[in-house]
Amino acid sequence: MVDSSTFDAAALTAAIDEGISKVKAAATLDELHAVRTAYAGGDSALAAASKAIGLLPNDQKKEAGKLLGKLRADFGRAYGPKEQELKEAAEKAALAAERVDMTQPVNRRPLGARHPLPKLLEDVEDFFVSMGWQIADGPEVETEWYNFDALNFGPDHPARQMQDTFYVKGNQTKDAAGFVGSNIVVRTQTSSDQVRSLIERGVPLYIACTGRVYRTDELDATHTPVFHQCEALAIDKNLTMADLKGVLNKLAVAMFGPDAKARLRPSYFPFTEPSAEMDLWFPDKKGGPGWIEWGGCGMVNPNVLRSAGIDPDVYSGFAFGVGMERTLLLRHDINDMHDLVEGDVRFSKQFVMGE
Amino acid sequence: MPFIDIDWLREHVAVPQDESYEQLAKDLVRVGLEEEEIHTSSVTGPIVVGYVVDATPEPQKNGKTINWCHVDCGDQWNETDENGNKVPRGIVCGAPNMRAGEKVVVTLPGAVLPGDFHIQPRKTYGHISNGMCASERELGLGNNHNGIILLSERGYSQEEYDAIKPGDDAITLLHMDEPLLEINITPDRGYAFSYRGVAREFHNSTGAAFTDPVDALDAKAPMQDAHAHDIDVVVDDENPIHGVVGCDRYYARAVRNFDPDAKSPAWLQHRLLRAGMRPISLAVDVTNYVMLDLGQPMHAYDLDKLCPPIVVRRAKEGEKLTTLDGKEHELSTEDLLITDSPDGKEGSRVMGIAGVMGGLYGEVTSETRNILLESAHFGTVTIARSARRHKIPSEASRRFERGVDTALQPAACEMAAELMERYGHGTASATPTDYNTIEKRPVIRFKTSEVQRLTGLDLSIGRISDILEDIGCRLGGGGNGELTVAAPSWRPDLNYPCDLVEEIARIEGYDAIPTTVPPVPAGNVGLTADQKRKRMVADTLAEYGLVETLTYPFVGDEDFKAFAFDPAKEKPYSIEIANPLAGDRPFLRRNVLITLALTVQRNIRRGLDNVSLYEIGHVFLADPKAPPVPALPGGVKPTDEQLAALDAGLPRQPLHVGAIMTGLAEDDGWLGDKRPVDWSDAVEAVRRVSDRLGAGLRFVQPAEGMTVPEQWHPGRYAAVQLADGTMVGRVGEFHPAVNEALGFPAHTAAFELDLTALFNGVEYAPLQAKPISTFPPVKQDFAFTVDTAVSSAAVENAIRKAAGDDLESIELFDVFTGGQLGAGKKSLAYSVTFRSPSKTLGSDDADALRAAIVSECARLGAELRA
Repeated sequence: MVDSSTFDAAALTAAIDEGISKVKAAATLDELHAVRTAYAGGDSALAAASKAIGLLPNDQKKEAGKLLGKLRADFGRAYGPKEQELKEAAEKAALAAERVDMTQPVNRRPLGARHPLPKLLEDVEDFFVSMGWQIADGPEVETEWYNFDALNFGPDHPARQMQDTFYVKGNQTKDAAGFVGSNIVVRTQTSSDQVRSLIERGVPLYIACTGRVYRTDELDATHTPVFHQCEALAIDKNLTMADLKGVLNKLAVAMFGPDAKARLRPSYFPFTEPSAEMDLWFPDKKGGPGWIEWGGCGMVNPNVLRSAGIDPDVYSGFAFGVGMERTLLLRHDINDMHDLVEGDVRFSKQFVMGE
Repeated sequence: MPFIDIDWLREHVAVPQDESYEQLAKDLVRVGLEEEEIHTSSVTGPIVVGYVVDATPEPQKNGKTINWCHVDCGDQWNETDENGNKVPRGIVCGAPNMRAGEKVVVTLPGAVLPGDFHIQPRKTYGHISNGMCASERELGLGNNHNGIILLSERGYSQEEYDAIKPGDDAITLLHMDEPLLEINITPDRGYAFSYRGVAREFHNSTGAAFTDPVDALDAKAPMQDAHAHDIDVVVDDENPIHGVVGCDRYYARAVRNFDPDAKSPAWLQHRLLRAGMRPISLAVDVTNYVMLDLGQPMHAYDLDKLCPPIVVRRAKEGEKLTTLDGKEHELSTEDLLITDSPDGKEGSRVMGIAGVMGGLYGEVTSETRNILLESAHFGTVTIARSARRHKIPSEASRRFERGVDTALQPAACEMAAELMERYGHGTASATPTDYNTIEKRPVIRFKTSEVQRLTGLDLSIGRISDILEDIGCRLGGGGNGELTVAAPSWRPDLNYPCDLVEEIARIEGYDAIPTTVPPVPAGNVGLTADQKRKRMVADTLAEYGLVETLTYPFVGDEDFKAFAFDPAKEKPYSIEIANPLAGDRPFLRRNVLITLALTVQRNIRRGLDNVSLYEIGHVFLADPKAPPVPALPGGVKPTDEQLAALDAGLPRQPLHVGAIMTGLAEDDGWLGDKRPVDWSDAVEAVRRVSDRLGAGLRFVQPAEGMTVPEQWHPGRYAAVQLADGTMVGRVGEFHPAVNEALGFPAHTAAFELDLTALFNGVEYAPLQAKPISTFPPVKQDFAFTVDTAVSSAAVENAIRKAAGDDLESIELFDVFTGGQLGAGKKSLAYSVTFRSPSKTLGSDDADALRAAIVSECARLGAELRA
């Protein structure tokens, strides 16, 4: 033990040496801090020596002070790195203890899924919006006038039969063809929105209408009685079939990639003249690229424009309709329509939030 | 739709010798005749001609009699006996028309017939049958299965028949190896329902030389004589449809001294079979052949049975007709009839529905020697309606309803008469009857600039004229680029300039049309706010964990009942389909949940757990008092009143979103315990939608004991309202009865929102932002005891009101009932944060706010707990 009232240089040196060796031996931060308290704290020999210097004769003070400073520095040089070392080790151990298995599934509230069909409709709508067109929507239960008559299907037009229409029951008497006449149908085509839009919005008009349509086809691998179409209608001065081809090609590319394109071949629809079937060059077709039927189109029949009170000698334009289910089946290699309509969550979940 | 045989087509147009059926399909589709299918033979050999050496009838225990036959199939195919000699094959045949001395078609072991039917030697009725004698149906040649094919009955001439030897390849003989092109004919191209028309289109597509057979026939066909004609014809139409008389041409011509035993020649039978028609008798076969070749439906009557005059008239009320197929039809006053006049009573005996189907009386029979050929032109609508009304679409009606060439009748009769003379040894009359009131069609005034205006094709007037003349138009004018165009008689579809533009474009080729992109229109506004909001709702719910689906909107009694709806109350307000696909689901849904439930059910039945689905779709709200929708003509813009009447009769069809959540909201796992779905999951989903749209939706729960809709749990149901009180939906848990009926787990949660009403109620003005206070917050906790009847929303509103502008947030952090609270009470504990926009709140301020809240809540009967 060092006498607290006298300055014993040898004893002090021995104490600090002991302290330094204990610093080196410390295994934890707590041990280290205890060593510091014992050898450099308020009750340590070092602190006592510091006080004792004041009692020394003046000629000894300088040397004693020098020794004291050196011993304090020696201790500090040992202590500092040791503390750093132990701190790092402690932190490392703490982090190691907190290690987890990051591959454990974390799925408290899993994402649901969008159905790919409405998502495809959104993509198609975005395509038309990007061209500056507007998106229209008409009623699914529609008058025969908008669904047929205004589109140049007369009451006995053969095409009215080829449409396989769901008729709405009415309280009126049977008409000549044996139907109970309500003059209301469930729309067979989104074209029913053409004349509505023309009357409501006037010309020039650039619209697309996406939505549900209905035909009396039983559900099978390629048919469904409830399906979706996208109808496009552009009426302006100086629009030609060349513009129709241009827009179709752009849509083909938007839906099926840069190598896709459209081709027209003559056909018949009451509401267009000239009329065409539209084939799609599908680069990813199973078994090699090829043409597949994609929809119908043509220049709007003057009688349709007249139904909306528009002068067909001044205005012209084109319309086309594309089946959305067909587009989706092709894009995603879906082989069975049942998958699209049955609502099995396993089907939609494949697509997550997109399509 | 029609079948095209290349050899037959060559009668009228120079089809290249090496033309394949694939190439034919390509050539025709270019001008708009679409390929339906190329039918190829599914028959492989050996199939050979056999000569029946003997046929021994052997009655069987089962009552049948079979023939044990020996059939000479030529040396190559005959059997070899024990001495190495070639002997006829032993074949068992059950056909009633099997007899010795016939030449038949033998399918030998190794042959494969349609339906993947492999021929093998087989032991049957005590013999080894080493092959099979085939019927038409077994070979895919037609529908006849009344007996086997006897080559003696197939119309071969004696020389032709003698030349057919046992062992000859029957596949070649019967043309079983030739493909056949089936095409689709659009409704405007009635003339293409004939070889004449298809040949013309082949010419239009390829430029191959085309000869119209009608030109030569017309040159030979006799004109009506002023003094003598074969039969008197009266057209008496008292009920024209749309003002169009049902028959505007009736050409009739007699063929006398016809040999009723004469058979159709083999080539004719073959062609009919290739066209999908069954040979019947020479007279009938000829009329069918002319129809297929030229497109004119014809009828052959037994002239001796007719009592003139022939009267073409509409049916009278209550009249009936038994058609050839033995069915009795009640006639409509719109049916056009062919009648004759026994006992001087004009038009008293019905012989058939014009252009649709013949009756039993007056038909050609196996005794008929004198024939009257009918070659008429009937109204398209009249025929279409009758065929549809009586559900007897026929080859004839298919052509009449698309429009038959109005100038074709004499030529068609001439062709039929010539065939009957040649093969039936009859004599055709030179004095036909020609009742003809066909009106001349107006010429089309055609500005040739329309071609460029509508198609972008830049064609000279010379090229335009050439195309129009080539398709049969007659042209006049030409000055100032304007033509007068008379459309050919076989093209009733060409009436307006745009029709001619299509002809020119399709003959020039749609591929020749340039490609341009129209300019971006002015006034581009993008998606509307509602269109964006619909997407927001869809995305929000999917992000919340629900799966989007689409369901058919058809419902019926079972669905109403499962969903606790009273069918008697639902039906008057539901749209009913007159011709539903499923008779038990004729109505359209009035809400989404009722059809969505079926899809949830399907998923659960497939063994899937925790099914949570939503659907965005329209519902249909019929108004039983809705005014009738008027029938209006097309091509004319209706008046504003008429337009209003169209819409007034339609049901409201708002856009809804419905969702059903079943099973677990949170699954069991290492992160924590499972939690079953309940009402709170549905409410949270609606809150998210509300927050996403900024809709500020409120939940209004009926007081205890008040009735709630029967679909819902009486204590776990709330109406969803806009801030102004407009009801926009329902949320909660299904009633246990609904869960049981649908097989859903208990506490299945659901909601349905009327998005149309919701979007209408959302403010579209830009939000006006509040300044952000930087003064420190003060937090206070409140625990109130209230009656259970007091809703937490009411307490929260009271706190909100009392706190005023200094309120930052309210959180309900604890709810409990029971214990020392006593019955009918509950405890609600709130953590409330205050922050002033203008100063640091001191303890005085906090105390004052606390006092205000306590006093405001006291008005609800809430006591602050110590």
